[in-house]
Amino acid sequence: MIQWFSWLQISVAVFAGVSCLALGLLGRKPSDLVLGALALVEVLLLAQLVVAIVAPFVGNPPLGYPLEFYTYLISAILLPPVVGFWALVERTRSSTVIVGVICLAVAVMVFRMNVIWLMPTA
Amino acid sequence: MQEITSPPRRPRISGIGRVLVVVYGILALGATGRSFVQVVGKFHEAPIAYSLSAVAAVVYIVATVALIAPGPVWCRVAWITITFELVGVLTVGTLSLTHPDLFAHPSVWSFFGIGYLFIPVVLPVLGMIWLRSRRGLDS
Repeated sequence: MIQWFSWLQISVAVFAGVSCLALGLLGRKPSDLVLGALALVEVLLLAQLVVAIVAPFVGNPPLGYPLEFYTYLISAILLPPVVGFWALVERTRSSTVIVGVICLAVAVMVFRMNVIWLMPTA
Repeated sequence: MQEITSPPRRPRISGIGRVLVVVYGILALGATGRSFVQVVGKFHEAPIAYSLSAVAAVVYIVATVALIAPGPVWCRVAWITITFELVGVLTVGTLSLTHPDLFAHPSVWSFFGIGYLFIPVVLPVLGMIWLRSRRGLDS
């Protein structure tokens, strides 16, 4: 993983998460902005997948356990499409809150992935 | 003219309950992913803790489904699984402090779910409050 990119990604996901939570609690239905933020989070996750695949070949191998790393990454990639589909079908304020919760979960998962990448397996 | 309309279909889960279900789903996913890694990759290191991890993961999946699925039977299943989770997190949380050699390996329930921001200890309580608040709606 590239450190600055991971931190950028975590920041974006946290910002998107907090914003969507706030909008949802204010009673907004999922707007283009909400779904756009979710899409951005997903695009960054896909970019992270590319980074994770390429990095070991350019002298940046994971120090931790690759299986654990990829379990987190694949799970994280699956979350936004599912919840985005849900938000499109179910246009209520709770869907906006849920998008926020998912963005925050992705932030936590990327943080964990970063730790796994950097921490040597015992 | 008599108006013929079907009664509005009230969704079983709405509002805050739906958010609760999603958080349950995330926890189920997290627990499943982690126990998959533990069981496949390093089961020999701590068979007890990692078996518990797998059991916890399955229970979280069942609880998530039980919260979504309608009917009194699923409601009972939800109560049973959520109670199991609460007992599990309290027992394993305590044991991980008193018997670190057996339970200090990371699992959803070690140290009261510290690796999951203590969500595992808070969520069953919220789940019970929610199930209680909607008692009677199912029957």
